[in-house]
Amino acid sequence: MSSGVAVNLEDIWIRFGDFVAVRDANVNINGGDFFSFLGPSGCGKTTILRAVSGFLDPSEGRVLIGGKDMAGIGPNKRPTALIFQNLALFPLMKVWENISFSMEVAGIGAKERRKRADELLDMIALEGQGDKLPSELSGGQKQRVAIARALCANPDVLLLDEPLSALDLKLRQHMRTELREIQKRVGITFIYITHDQGEALTMSDNVAVMKAGVIDQIDSGHNIYDHPATPFVASFVGENNVFRGKIKSINGNEAIVSTNRSGDLLSRIAPAQLGNLNVGDDAMMFIRPEVLNLGPAEESSKSTISADVMNEEFEGNTFSVFLEGDGGKSIKMSVPNAGQDHISSRGENLSLHYDPSNAVVMPAGELASE
Amino acid sequence: MKKKMIFSNFFKTNGVIMGSILMGLVGFWLIFLIVLPQLSMLDYSFRFNLPPADVGGPKDVYTLSNYQFLIYGSDDTHQTYNSVDLKVFVRTIIAAMMVTIFNILLCYPLAYFLGQSKGSAFVRLLVVLLIIPYWINEILRAFALRIIFGDSGLLNETLMFLHLTSEPIDFIRHDVALYAGLGYAYILLMLFPMYNVIESLDRNQIEAARDMGASWVKIHRRIVIPHAKPGIASGATMVFMLSAGALAAPQILGGPSSLWFTQLVYQWFNDSLNWQQGAAYAIVLLVSTITIVLTVMRIFKVNMGDIGK
Repeated sequence: MSSGVAVNLEDIWIRFGDFVAVRDANVNINGGDFFSFLGPSGCGKTTILRAVSGFLDPSEGRVLIGGKDMAGIGPNKRPTALIFQNLALFPLMKVWENISFSMEVAGIGAKERRKRADELLDMIALEGQGDKLPSELSGGQKQRVAIARALCANPDVLLLDEPLSALDLKLRQHMRTELREIQKRVGITFIYITHDQGEALTMSDNVAVMKAGVIDQIDSGHNIYDHPATPFVASFVGENNVFRGKIKSINGNEAIVSTNRSGDLLSRIAPAQLGNLNVGDDAMMFIRPEVLNLGPAEESSKSTISADVMNEEFEGNTFSVFLEGDGGKSIKMSVPNAGQDHISSRGENLSLHYDPSNAVVMPAGELASE
Repeated sequence: MKKKMIFSNFFKTNGVIMGSILMGLVGFWLIFLIVLPQLSMLDYSFRFNLPPADVGGPKDVYTLSNYQFLIYGSDDTHQTYNSVDLKVFVRTIIAAMMVTIFNILLCYPLAYFLGQSKGSAFVRLLVVLLIIPYWINEILRAFALRIIFGDSGLLNETLMFLHLTSEPIDFIRHDVALYAGLGYAYILLMLFPMYNVIESLDRNQIEAARDMGASWVKIHRRIVIPHAKPGIASGATMVFMLSAGALAAPQILGGPSSLWFTQLVYQWFNDSLNWQQGAAYAIVLLVSTITIVLTVMRIFKVNMGDIGK
């Protein structure tokens, strides 16, 4: 099997008339990586994928695959294979014909095609189903056929455009693991497009988070979650409580934020924003629901938030407690279910503690819309 | 057993009264407007053309003579064939096939273009522009074509102006006008079924095939045409049947020496007042065209149900 080739996007701009779909994207994807573009719908991630696959040309900038400039090379000539959101299996062809279509195009005889298709069917655990029509398969099976069809051409790069979005939750989770395993087995570069942060975080070596045509952050899933670079990333990836305020003082990589509602709070400065924050700046501080803890009332601590309980929801593995926050938004705290009946009662005043190294502050900016 | 289910479900969904009305109307349409007239024509075709006094008398018996006339003419010994009428028949069938094939070739790229540029305002305008000429009745359109193709018509004038020809070309005698008229008369019946099926093709399938390295020829051969097959079959059936059975266009646009088979039928009914003979000719045309359509559908593996799509 091939060992994966690198994909580089250099200063890519993509415009449709006056509309800028992608703004100055620079991405370096290592060979053999599972790389995801994560962002809300309409952020330009599918446009980037189409530029890599060759279905559209960037207005500016270069797409390099294996170090080779792809300008002027059509989708049928690129070493990429694309898996469409709706899979786009050919409904009138049998499963094995679907899988081996790229070989048919290359003029390879039916016998050899059938052999290769059967090997791939074995790999995706669909042995003996080659003579069925796609319509006779279940959603997950179709999914796997689409993967096999894309892999049949031995591409250097596999491009996946939200291929799991049509599946139900259980199957989606199962397919995540399976996709990751297939990727490890074949060892080629996967570029994955998704709006589902769970998919991006579980499968990817690296994730690019996009908003309105701009890539906000490229990092490992872990870093994206723990060290978001912008308010958009902090609020889009996972759940986050936002505290608005002004910087009161800065000490090394920590800052005290004078928040609008919860007093002065201590927080770590986002690594990407070190040096970008000055005393008096408008800032946003983020604390995730799971790092908030209940504790005894403690006066004037810089890592204690006092708030009134609005309501509480039982979610099985956790309780979600919603407290009054600033700007009409609630503060959410997650408490693991350890057999309690309930955590709080309505109107009760709670003191929430956090470890300042688990909070992150950065210059105020645009949040992900809900 | 299964048929019973269909009927009981039909009545369940529509109610007994509404169901009966619907069934009654469909039944009336089928029986009184289609089956009975055709049966009476079939009956005519097997009878002698007798003076009114003899109708119902001892001479009024069934006969194959009307059909024999088409094959052997008035030669009772069956030594020679009715080559004039048979030639007209074969020529009509072949010409109708040619018109159909020509329409398929012309409509496919157009339908593909229309179908793939989904619902844009420009495409809607194009479709309207295609439909509007059909508000003009068939006779008028045929005469208009005759004027265009005439000796001093627009086409000849243009060709002579461009010095492409020194004297007018007789488009009518060479049947160019006839084929153009027939092709034009039913072209929308070819275009719209094709357009409908191609529009329903998922564009991603084309892109997927392209991504896998397929050439445009391959994409059309393996993806678009198989998908469009029911529409092509439906359009081709209509164009073929209607062209073979057309009367106005051949009457107006046909050359002096080239008869269309329907003109023979018309002559038997109208000029010779021999309905029996005319009915036999018409029945032969009907059975032949249906047989041809079914054979072609068999060859191209199209099901009857696909045509209704």
